[in-house]
Amino acid sequence: MDFLNTFLIGITAGAIYALMAISMVLVWRSTRVVNFAQAGMALLSTYFGFEAVSKLGSFWIALPVAMVGGALFAALVEMILIRLLVKHSSTGPIAGVAPIIATLGLLGVIRATAAMIWGGQDVRIVGPVSNDGYSINGTTLVFSPLKLLILVTVLVLMLILSLVFQKTNIGLALRASAYAPEIAKLSGIKVDWVRTLGWALAGAAGAVAGMFQTVNGNGTLSPDSIEFSLLLVSGFIAAVIGGLDSLIGAVIGGLVLGLMISFVLMYVSSGLFFIAPFVILLTVLFVRPQGIFGAKAARRA
Amino acid sequence: MHKKQTRDILLFILGGVVLYFLSGMVDELRVYQGASIAVYVIAISSIILLTGYSGQVSLGHGALMAVGAYAAAVARIELHVPIILCFAIAVLAAAIGGALLGAAAARLSGPYLAGTTLALAIGLPSLANQFSLLGGEQGLLFDVGFPPLSLGADFTQYKWFFWIAALAALISMWVIKNILSSRYGRTWRAIRGNEVAAQLSGINIARSKILAFTISAGIAGLAGALLSMTIGTVSPSAFPLALSFSLLTGAVLSGITTLGGAMIGAVVLVAIPEVADAVANRIGSSERVTTNLPGLLVSALLILTVLFVPNGPVEQHRARKARKLTLKK
Amino acid sequence: MSLNVSNLTVHHGAICAINQVSLAVPTGKLAAIIGSNGAGKTTLLRTLSGLNHPTHGEISWEGQSILGIKAEMLVRRGISHVSEGKSVVPELSVRENLELGAIWRRNNKESKESIDRVVTIFPRLGERIEQRADTLSGGERQMLAIGRAIMSKPKLLLLDEPSLGLAPLVVEQIFQTIRDLASSMNLTVLLVEQNAMGALKIADLGIVLNLGKVVAVNHAQALIDDPAVRAAYLGY
Repeated sequence: MDFLNTFLIGITAGAIYALMAISMVLVWRSTRVVNFAQAGMALLSTYFGFEAVSKLGSFWIALPVAMVGGALFAALVEMILIRLLVKHSSTGPIAGVAPIIATLGLLGVIRATAAMIWGGQDVRIVGPVSNDGYSINGTTLVFSPLKLLILVTVLVLMLILSLVFQKTNIGLALRASAYAPEIAKLSGIKVDWVRTLGWALAGAAGAVAGMFQTVNGNGTLSPDSIEFSLLLVSGFIAAVIGGLDSLIGAVIGGLVLGLMISFVLMYVSSGLFFIAPFVILLTVLFVRPQGIFGAKAARRA
Repeated sequence: MHKKQTRDILLFILGGVVLYFLSGMVDELRVYQGASIAVYVIAISSIILLTGYSGQVSLGHGALMAVGAYAAAVARIELHVPIILCFAIAVLAAAIGGALLGAAAARLSGPYLAGTTLALAIGLPSLANQFSLLGGEQGLLFDVGFPPLSLGADFTQYKWFFWIAALAALISMWVIKNILSSRYGRTWRAIRGNEVAAQLSGINIARSKILAFTISAGIAGLAGALLSMTIGTVSPSAFPLALSFSLLTGAVLSGITTLGGAMIGAVVLVAIPEVADAVANRIGSSERVTTNLPGLLVSALLILTVLFVPNGPVEQHRARKARKLTLKK
Repeated sequence: MSLNVSNLTVHHGAICAINQVSLAVPTGKLAAIIGSNGAGKTTLLRTLSGLNHPTHGEISWEGQSILGIKAEMLVRRGISHVSEGKSVVPELSVRENLELGAIWRRNNKESKESIDRVVTIFPRLGERIEQRADTLSGGERQMLAIGRAIMSKPKLLLLDEPSLGLAPLVVEQIFQTIRDLASSMNLTVLLVEQNAMGALKIADLGIVLNLGKVVAVNHAQALIDDPAVRAAYLGY
């Protein structure tokens, strides 16, 4: 029973990490930036969601509100910050680290601003269904209707996303712009806008991750919460496990990471909560530096 | 070259004398801030060496500082070693940690390295809770002792901190400066400029990068021990993720390739909370705003610097002057 | 004259890649641009398609200035550029690469018809339509690149070294296809080539570039017969 519980907790957490990793991959593919502010953007979107819940009372309205809010904010970040960055800081010794520094700065700005606006109050989002575990033959599982709902929603979103990417013109434009921006331009694709769109999609995916991470945890939201530090690191690690360039890789990376953390905490020590992801990351980087689905030598790009 | 070195030594001595008189004139808070500035100067220099010269990014230097601080405190408590030896142990321990991390880092570049060190910065301090030797959440006491009586009865504890930190800063800057102008420094710059070309001219890239990481970590370890000295304790909460970010901010503000600019970043980092306080008081805002204003200012400053003064104020000024000169010609 | 370039100057940083170039290509004509490495051929094409930006000069297409218009908008004006080195997206399938060429029309029915047309021109692409582009041979990739350019129904086709790295037999085939396309679709073509002989043979007129300047413009056959050109570029 322990095993099953650990598995189910891991897979639910993993689904959320996968969403976060997807948003990292979308951003990486559109602008070749690893966005360290992704978790911060997810946090902000979750606050949008909180405002919607408290005003409109429904989680199911709040979720799309958070997604749209997250998408718009991400699009703005790309249009202002990233474009300025490309213009001013793409040469000299700073060039390699400028995007990292800029997105970290953004993370700080978002955290501080969110703390100023919402920091003092008890910010709480209640999930749409119960988080009490299912019972089988008198034993209560940790797996709950809420966790089931999270899993299903994440799966549906991934399905939609992969359909968009594989079957639509917008998906084709997104992929072409990521792989070969010059050829995309020569084909008449407005690559600048496609990049913005990539960020917007990432913002929406991050918003869902933030909302679910909150209700799957204890329901409260705070700029300094452990949940979001974990989201920050896990999203990155899951994306790296998958290879940073691959959406399927991001999904698998997220699930693998969620399961691994869950099993380590259960069977090794619960005190390894924060160090386990680091060890997993190092192991992956040593065993398979290009990630599961990454192209070789991508790591040096 | 020889003449320049003599000049530098004289400048260092002159700086020391000025600081001596200053520390006699200002109040305790300023002396304490002076000590913090000295600590930041050391920590920022370690980042400048690593990122500016060897081209590697670390968001985990806060964790390396923690390694140095814990090593020093454990040496002090368990082994009762003299204080000067504690600092040496801090350097050594962090350098070993840095060498290990550097071995991993040499295989990674850019964002991968940043993310890995970020995971470390979040993960490592929390590990302290796992070992009773390290004192858990409360942490350990780290007491460097009272100032020697020979300095006079009115020589305060803070002044003593300040003297130790300032001396350490001067020595560190001296050492780093010499390393950077040595063969190793040139090698690092060659690698940062063009890795393939450096490799083709016979430079062992991995070894060179690991060396940079090791030295940088050692310096960060010293800064960590000094930071704990000024606080009096070593605990996980003294080395949050925000510390690692602040150091990077400080390095960028200083100019990522200008070692001499480390002072700028350090002063700004120490000044920001005070500036934020003043601003918050003037506009009479709530406590929420007051506590978060410094963080906001640091981050905003970081973004603005990267966007508009990407190579730092000193370098910017130099470039402008050079341009004027060419125009005149 | 459908394409007019006057006094065009392009810099790469401090280096002047194109220096005061003027040329004109009449509608429906195939112009070969030849010259040695570093003559500025590629830069010229990239400037015409909006990828590079000139420091001076004027470019007009169909009587209107196209200076400062972005590459993605010039496609909509009928200018298609096949850039150097088999310009296909390796990660996408052959079909997707082709779809890319017509994506800006946002008309899937028209796009499908265009694919059918390309496949009749290049049957080999039809056989490999669902394969990833990086599984194709060099010649097939070049066909795909040209196919993608045709998908946008261009009026001006800019081709950069289509013969690069291909076997002689394939080169001949590609050149023949380019000639046929130009004639059947009444395309204006600018063909940049190292393979000067092959290019001049199918071209109507030839332009010789050297160190960023135009040094000769003439009928293609006249250039082939010109002893100076023969010695410098044709190697006999």
